[in-house]
Amino acid sequence: MNFAPVAYKPKGEKIKMESIQFRKPETVDEAVKLLQGADGNAKILAGGTDLLVQLRAHMIDPSVIVDIKHIDETRELTKNVDGSYTIGAAVAGAEAHERDDITADWPGVIEAWDLIGSTQIQGRASLGGNLCNASPAGDSVPAMVAAGMTANIAGPDGRRTLPVEEITAGPGKTNLKKGEFIVSFNLPAKPSNGGDAYLRLIPRTEMDIAVVGCGAALTLDDSGTVTSAKISLGAVAATVLVVEDAANAIIGTKLEPEAMSALDAACQAACNPIDDKRGTVEYRTKVAGVLGKRVVKIAADRAGNKV
Amino acid sequence: MAKHHISMTLNGEPTEFLCSTRQTLLDVLRDELNLTGSKEGCASGDCGACSVMVDDRLVCACLVLGAECDGKTVESIEGMADGENLHPLQQKFLEEAALQCGICTPGVLVAAKALLEKNNNPTETEVRYWLAGNLCRCTGYDKIVRAVMSTAADMRGDSK
Amino acid sequence: MSSENRKYKWVGTRQIRPDGHDKVTGRAKFGSDFSVSGMIHGRVLRSPHAHAIIKSIDTSDAESLNGVKAIITSKDFKDQSPELKAAGEGMINYKDMTRNIMAREKALYDGHAVAAVAATTAEIAEAALELIKVDYEVLPHVIDVDEAMKDGAPILHEDMVPSGITIDGPTNIAKFVEFSLGDTKKGFEEADIIIERSYKTEAVHQGYIEPHAVVASVTEDGQAQIWCCTQGQFQVRAFVAQLLGMPTSSIRVTPSEIGGGFGGKTVVYLEPLATLLSKKSGKPVKMIMTREEVFRASGPTSGGSMTYKIGAKKDGKITAVEGSNKLLAGAFSGAPAGPACMCAVAPYDIKNVYINGYDVVVNRPKVAAYRAPGAPISAFGAESIIDEVAKELGIDPLTIRKLNAAKKGTQAAYGPTFREIGYEQTLDIAIEHDHYLSPLGPNQGRGVASGFWFNIGGESSATVNINEDGTAVVISGSPDIGGSRASLALMAAETLGIDYDKVRPIVADTASVGYNFVTGGSRVTFATGLAVVEAAKDAVRQLCERAAKIWEVDAEAVIWDDGHAKPASSNVGDFEPLSLSSLAGQANKTGGPICGHNAQNVQGAGPAFATHICDVEVDPETGNVTILRYTAIQDVGRAIHPSYVEGQIQGGAAQGIGWALNEEYIYNSKGKLDNPGFLDYRIPVASDLPMIDAVIVEVPNDRHPYGVRGVGEVPIVPPMAAVANAIENATGVRMSALPMSPPRLLAALDQANVKEAAE
Repeated sequence: MNFAPVAYKPKGEKIKMESIQFRKPETVDEAVKLLQGADGNAKILAGGTDLLVQLRAHMIDPSVIVDIKHIDETRELTKNVDGSYTIGAAVAGAEAHERDDITADWPGVIEAWDLIGSTQIQGRASLGGNLCNASPAGDSVPAMVAAGMTANIAGPDGRRTLPVEEITAGPGKTNLKKGEFIVSFNLPAKPSNGGDAYLRLIPRTEMDIAVVGCGAALTLDDSGTVTSAKISLGAVAATVLVVEDAANAIIGTKLEPEAMSALDAACQAACNPIDDKRGTVEYRTKVAGVLGKRVVKIAADRAGNKV
Repeated sequence: MAKHHISMTLNGEPTEFLCSTRQTLLDVLRDELNLTGSKEGCASGDCGACSVMVDDRLVCACLVLGAECDGKTVESIEGMADGENLHPLQQKFLEEAALQCGICTPGVLVAAKALLEKNNNPTETEVRYWLAGNLCRCTGYDKIVRAVMSTAADMRGDSK
Repeated sequence: MSSENRKYKWVGTRQIRPDGHDKVTGRAKFGSDFSVSGMIHGRVLRSPHAHAIIKSIDTSDAESLNGVKAIITSKDFKDQSPELKAAGEGMINYKDMTRNIMAREKALYDGHAVAAVAATTAEIAEAALELIKVDYEVLPHVIDVDEAMKDGAPILHEDMVPSGITIDGPTNIAKFVEFSLGDTKKGFEEADIIIERSYKTEAVHQGYIEPHAVVASVTEDGQAQIWCCTQGQFQVRAFVAQLLGMPTSSIRVTPSEIGGGFGGKTVVYLEPLATLLSKKSGKPVKMIMTREEVFRASGPTSGGSMTYKIGAKKDGKITAVEGSNKLLAGAFSGAPAGPACMCAVAPYDIKNVYINGYDVVVNRPKVAAYRAPGAPISAFGAESIIDEVAKELGIDPLTIRKLNAAKKGTQAAYGPTFREIGYEQTLDIAIEHDHYLSPLGPNQGRGVASGFWFNIGGESSATVNINEDGTAVVISGSPDIGGSRASLALMAAETLGIDYDKVRPIVADTASVGYNFVTGGSRVTFATGLAVVEAAKDAVRQLCERAAKIWEVDAEAVIWDDGHAKPASSNVGDFEPLSLSSLAGQANKTGGPICGHNAQNVQGAGPAFATHICDVEVDPETGNVTILRYTAIQDVGRAIHPSYVEGQIQGGAAQGIGWALNEEYIYNSKGKLDNPGFLDYRIPVASDLPMIDAVIVEVPNDRHPYGVRGVGEVPIVPPMAAVANAIENATGVRMSALPMSPPRLLAALDQANVKEAAE
């Protein structure tokens, strides 16, 4: 057995040899009861790619781990009759990536999901986990936001649905109430003449946390004019950003240079990043504009069927 | 707190063990089952040295709890050879000198096997991105990539 | 002895390595794979402060925790005197070493070991750590080498007296060295152009994937057994003996398979702790470092602050070089300032050279060797500035190097005169290589750089035992990091004249073979190999004597050829050749077991040179650099096993590329390490690199029976400058600080654009 040292914060209180409970509820209701009963001290296990790291580093101290993967709703990946998708919160990226239909309809969402970590991480990483871990740099989030995804939440007070951008409250924090968890996501039907894309900037070619991430989804009319757009930035603020000014800069345009400049400026203006080991304020801000332009171009090409 | 009693299939054999909630599949393989072929390089999913297959998915064993594995099918490096017969990848790695210190090798082999079972004609770029989660500090990856592609060609029946 | 360029049967072939099957099946036992029954687990308490006085340590609560079997702090280790003591080739400061493995008066870096606990489970040991109360008085800290040299900098060791330089009052400068040749003042007067530049590099870690691990067992009679992943079991034995005050003969160190070292496992961290915990608890103790501990508390290599000044004539002939390399040592003296100075311009024949170096302590973990220690740092400066000279004079960068190339007879600035060397050959190959001649596209650039490393010999011992069935066991004591067992077996097979498959090489523990210096210094194939060859020749001599006995002739009348004893000439008699296996089968009747031995302090290591070519593409909007193509050309003397020689070249080049682009330690304002993991300490991943074309040049080293030079270290020397020169070629921007990560490169590109726009 092996544990990371905790020498940073010596605890004052007596050491108890803790033992964490492990539960595998098979229904949503069971899961909700467990989360409620643990009084804020439960942790959800989907893919575990964040949870196990935090557990080992003693960053969290749960009394119970609730494995939600035995609840059917969290594992489904269904294309609905109306063309929309229901994606279970615990579905692994590798499974989604193997689905031709969702990859064709929403390549941006899939490529963003696919960028979370290595192939091994992909074998486990879920949208629910990536979102609720609430790292400002979570790769899937800007693409989910741009695509207009919503989250189906279950809790002691029943079910509710929220747009993805309303889930995170700050680094490591969500707006979920005690006893709530995300069961699945709704991904709208692909609009005709719609295209989405996600790009991120990392120092290497793989394996890095995004220094900046940008998701864009837009629709074009037959003349190639942008009729609707949603642009989302990650890793440049405490939570994911929806950059309305960037969308407005390109709606009604054919992405001419002036529109792209305005888009660039709007992305930069929206940034409120920090200096940390992954990037400086100046760098993130500048690159947010660069990625905004690049990702919009790809989304537009996809919408116009050029890709 | 009682330990969890887990029954799973490991390298084709029914396998039982006891583990605490905190123990990862990697801890179980190495400390409970004495299978030290899967290595701990980082315990945080960043190096791939603990790569195993769980229900046909390539994962890091350090990011799977032992307690999750009840009823699952797990394959580790120890199950890759068939008795005395090495898997073609293992043989090719020896012939092409695709290892130096060998610590990353079990993880790389498990990952490469998973790739070739999914895609038996990967491009060099596809091999590199698939193996991006397997860190190697000795080889610079050159001979590893060559060995994987060469094995793929053999398995397709292509002449070199 | 000469080594002609003759065809060998085994040397130079690509056999399957003897340890290969275990490694591809997961059977091979590395450091943490080892367990013994009754084993308990050790954990280390580490300082959270970069610099602090340790006022007191109270372990009483921890001691009373059920399951805790032993706790140690510095008071359990005898203090050591500061006089340097020999251990193998190196002179060791044990006063520093005992303080590094366990802090005494002060904690000197974030992660410095302060106490250690052994308990029945790792969980209990971890809990016990939390019960240890340490009273720290936090002090101001310093982690930058330039800052540490300034007046008023926080001082790590008040009583440290620097060597090589006199400084009034307390200082962080531990050592000063200088090397000079000719008269640089005169040299600069002769120059048509003079360029002066400053450079900065960050500390980088060796990055071995296997963390440090040990199992130590001390029995009631004071006998210690240590199993650990190490590059030098004899070093471990010597260090543990000295630190714990135990006789060398009571310690037996068995090296496990090792998951990378690159120099970083030639020192001890856990071994003395585990041994002492075992002594105290009466149980075997296992200790493993987590990845975080590896980064916080094990030796990186230095970061450096350098200046170079170079003068050259219009035709490209370099007339003078002056340089200063300030290297950070970490918490205790030991930065490779000497080698940095010695290697900087060693590839060149320059008549006037003055280079000095500083070894400076800072609040970081103590540096350990990393592949050609010091040379990559100084070469970054020297090879970058030579590139600037070439550009200013309008001369091709390979041509200017050829014009100034060191050859046989050149006196290096650090003293020796070169014998036959292969530097020019690497340049000749580079200049005609397809890589150098191929076209480049937009945002792409090409850079070249050269490099040098001395390579070393050192103590080596080997035994070759001939088995009854004519097979042979080759016993040596060099842990196998890169395939050296295969090379030793090839050389033994060649010398004995038997099939490679009949030779079994093993790496023995300290009780089973004579002293061997560490695996490192590019020395195993050379020095251990030489001892193996001499031991094989000793066995051959004995085999000839046995044949002589059987034939009843003089021993001198018997020769060895192609694995058989033969009469030296027809005059001796008409005898059928006797094979090795036939002689082996009769060994007991002719005198007993046949064992060849050799032990020596091998001299005559052949220096090695390399030239690298690197193509990059730069994304001008993000600063991302893609390595498009990489060619590494190196003189290896003789490639005993070409595949593993290529592997060493490729691996070293890859490490250099990581050093160039993204690797660095990131400390926060409190001096705590912010990136102690592979997520944010960014070594190259498979998708970051192209194929690395390793071109082997063979200019044999006449001091080795098969012409071997070392190969392992030179490959890491040129890449940083090669990449920097390529980036300059692609963008016009000269990066003089490492790493050249995207934020830094983009900032430099933007600054250059602003400047250009203003002009």
